[in-house]
Amino acid sequence: MSHASIQVAPPASLTLNRWVVFWGLMIGVTILLMLSKESLPWAFKYPRAWQIPLAGWITGFMKWLINSFDLGLFTFKEFTRWIALLVEQPYTLVKSLLSTGFLSGVGSDAVQVFPRISWVALVAGVMLFGHYVRDWKLALLVGGCFGYLVVFGQWDSAMVTLSSIIIAVPVGVVGGVLLGIFGHRSHRFRMVLVPILDLMQTVPVFAYLVPVLLLFGFSPVSAMIATIIYAMPPMVRVTLLALEHITTEIVEAGSMAGCSKRQLLWKVLLPSAKHSLMVGVNQVVMLSLNMVIIASMIGAGGLGYDVLTALRRLRIGEGVEAGVAITLLAIALDRLSQAYANRPPPMHSRMQRSLWQRHPHAILFVIVVSVTWLLGIYLPALSTYPESWQITTGSFWGDLVRYINVNYFDALESFKNFLLLNIMVPFKRFLLSLPWIAVVAMVGLGGWQLGGWRLGLLTASMTTFIAVVGLWAKAMVTLYLCGLSVIIACLIGIPIGILAARNERVHRLVSVIIDTLQTLPSFVYLMPVVMLFRVGDFAAMLAVVAYAITPIIRYTDHGIRNIAGDLIEAARQVGMTRGQLLRKVQIPMALPHIMLGVNQTIMMALSMLVITALVGTRELGQEVYIALTKADTGRGIIAGVCVAFIAIMSDRMINAWASRRKREYGLE
Amino acid sequence: MNKKSSYVPLKVLLFAVFAALALPAGAVESKDPIKLTLHDWTGQYLTTTLMGEVLKKAGYNIEYVQADYIAQFAGLESGDLHVAMEMWETTGKQAMDASLATGKTVDLGETGMDAKEEWWYPMYMKDRCPGLPDWKALNKCAEAFSTAETSPKGRYLGGPVTWAGFDDERVEALDLDYEVVHAGTDAALFSELESAIQRKAPILLWVYAPHWAVAKYQGEWVEFPEYTDACYEDVSWGMNKSMAYDCGKPFGWIKKVGWKDGEKKWPGAYKAVRNFKIDNAQMSQMIVEVDLEGKSVDDTVAKWMRDNESTWKAWIK
Repeated sequence: MSHASIQVAPPASLTLNRWVVFWGLMIGVTILLMLSKESLPWAFKYPRAWQIPLAGWITGFMKWLINSFDLGLFTFKEFTRWIALLVEQPYTLVKSLLSTGFLSGVGSDAVQVFPRISWVALVAGVMLFGHYVRDWKLALLVGGCFGYLVVFGQWDSAMVTLSSIIIAVPVGVVGGVLLGIFGHRSHRFRMVLVPILDLMQTVPVFAYLVPVLLLFGFSPVSAMIATIIYAMPPMVRVTLLALEHITTEIVEAGSMAGCSKRQLLWKVLLPSAKHSLMVGVNQVVMLSLNMVIIASMIGAGGLGYDVLTALRRLRIGEGVEAGVAITLLAIALDRLSQAYANRPPPMHSRMQRSLWQRHPHAILFVIVVSVTWLLGIYLPALSTYPESWQITTGSFWGDLVRYINVNYFDALESFKNFLLLNIMVPFKRFLLSLPWIAVVAMVGLGGWQLGGWRLGLLTASMTTFIAVVGLWAKAMVTLYLCGLSVIIACLIGIPIGILAARNERVHRLVSVIIDTLQTLPSFVYLMPVVMLFRVGDFAAMLAVVAYAITPIIRYTDHGIRNIAGDLIEAARQVGMTRGQLLRKVQIPMALPHIMLGVNQTIMMALSMLVITALVGTRELGQEVYIALTKADTGRGIIAGVCVAFIAIMSDRMINAWASRRKREYGLE
Repeated sequence: MNKKSSYVPLKVLLFAVFAALALPAGAVESKDPIKLTLHDWTGQYLTTTLMGEVLKKAGYNIEYVQADYIAQFAGLESGDLHVAMEMWETTGKQAMDASLATGKTVDLGETGMDAKEEWWYPMYMKDRCPGLPDWKALNKCAEAFSTAETSPKGRYLGGPVTWAGFDDERVEALDLDYEVVHAGTDAALFSELESAIQRKAPILLWVYAPHWAVAKYQGEWVEFPEYTDACYEDVSWGMNKSMAYDCGKPFGWIKKVGWKDGEKKWPGAYKAVRNFKIDNAQMSQMIVEVDLEGKSVDDTVAKWMRDNESTWKAWIK
């Protein structure tokens, strides 16, 4: 036994030395390569002749799939159109109810047969639901959110957005849970599922918008399907994780009680995983609302469309108002779904109770709906909130940006120039000057050191792929932009996370801010940023930092809060000061958790590339965007896969590191 | 159950009867909705709404569909979409030619508007660079147009990479001391313009018309050697004998495109679309009303239709 363990784990100093030698060699060879640049040009610029025209093949394949793939009874395109039709039915129903009213006929010939639900009834409805699932506080919160939509004149657009969310979220949640269950039961299915999830989460949405449009047609349904693809993966992951982590006692108790396999799943496993599953629901809601802007680019309409048009006309105030409406919608839906899942079990009383006592909320709702509908016929203000009652922030936001612009532009400009000339540009040049072949070797070595030779092989081959498809320079610019943004996000986010963990008031304030940052469409603040910092990498970086900072704050906060209390107690007993406690115990113990936050920050930074392409950065996101505007399926997918590979590599390496660290601390 | 289900067909039937009675005399070929595509700039919104409203007057059933400017071609080829009202020579020609080559789409003629796009500067820059609008003055004032990043070269803010304006080539061919920076979207482009104008700061950028910015801000287009096809295709043309693009940008048509089989389905409507003509002045006026005066697109279109009744009535004759 002792013999074997010596073989498996050689003394620490020896392992260290081996890696030091490897890295020394690697850096030496790289420097040699860079000195002999003229004689080995192919090591720096991947030769065009060696590139593989994968993009063209994919475009060709898509054309074949759409135009000629025949499944026998029907073609593939007919099949996807049939799915679109299937999704369209419930969507049309909900949209009629909330937005358009029930129509007869199509196009401009349509005639309203029955009106939509009035704003009074819907606001009352969500408030009653809030009270039903929790209390008056929640009712007031969601009432306030929906009230904002009414008084700021966002109602019509918000109802269009809400209709598609109401369909997309349940489909995403149910689909995610089912896939998770299959993955839990079949190991083989899981092996296929996990890499697909990685791709779904990391390939930029723009990359698959074109094929989705071609297959599912030009309608809001396509936008909804893209939303579901984007929003579902966290639900699958959470389900997999939750089912895995259920304690064996519960499973055994279920089996002992004589549950069949199906009963065990539905009656024991899923209910006991409910709390974890709700985290997934929260993510699906948030991500669906995140997609609102992009979905509106392909015909979803609604609030996203309002944000886009307002900013195209530089009406910053209107953009902010519509953007805030998206955020409030997200908050209301999230709080309601969380409260619904956590509501106290119904109390059974033996007394015979009347219908009213059993269902007060439902009855009140029916009363409000019918009263407003009847009164609405005579008082139009009840069915449609009158325009003259609306309020607006007017030119406030535009004037604010103007004020900052006129008075502080020079100060901002000199700060920007300092960062740009001293840090950003040199770093970018350095990355672009590295020979690709050395980068492949380094990434491979890094993977090997952190997670064994398999990981090394994976990272090296993924890096090679990027060179082979001819996107090396763009990938390096991606690395530069995301790398710097992540570093800055961490430098700001980790201290805030630590503060939030130690102070309850800061924690609450920070929660509100990061919820807002996560759901407020980045387009809203992107244009003011451009006004103050000009088009270019710096503006892009600010937008990436603002969006990607949320997970690092959240994970740092959680990580420090979740350290076992007895450990802290022990540290206090030996007389540590607060500062020592933080440096010597809390941060080291929370480090694996913080690193997972860094990991998520990297993912979010990469997902922002699509947006930064809109302010003119020249990286993989731009490549995807160009492909979208040229409707070039293959080009978009290849660039998207390159982004995904960068994400997957960093994910695997950080996870390998974190789990080793956890083992060392005996946390697992 | 039975009772309930028998209600619906009756209602539909009644409705169909009413709809049939309500049709104007000389009914249209098909009551299926004609799908017109909407993109993301006001001018296009106006032309499309105008066309749609006119077709409605002729009795056609109209549906507006949001679709991307270039990605829409896939839909036009398959018949998911039917008519696109604005395809600019300057930005959409390549995609349009490729689509027409499939034989599934059809060119529905010019709209009568001319697209103009060129390097543009606000009027106050003329004081700081007296030689303008002649392009030869640009190199003398490169410093005046520079920023810390580009200094000593001037900074020129070009359109999105996808607009293919050949500005990088132009700078090289005309030996301009300028660095081309690409904005990702036109929103970013005009954000920078607005910002610079608020501070009366130097800016040189790509502006296109018809657009609200030209109406809102005082400014001028740089005058390059005039565009000819030969300039873009023949390297020996112009002052630089070894490079193309040593001239300004082309003025261009703005065309209408449609799904080919739609011509058989709604011949009258397609004829009206072909007849559609409007000029830059009228369009600019409407864009100003919407983007700067804050009127709604529908009101603006309705007003135009009241004022120009004979014009649009001729389209649907």
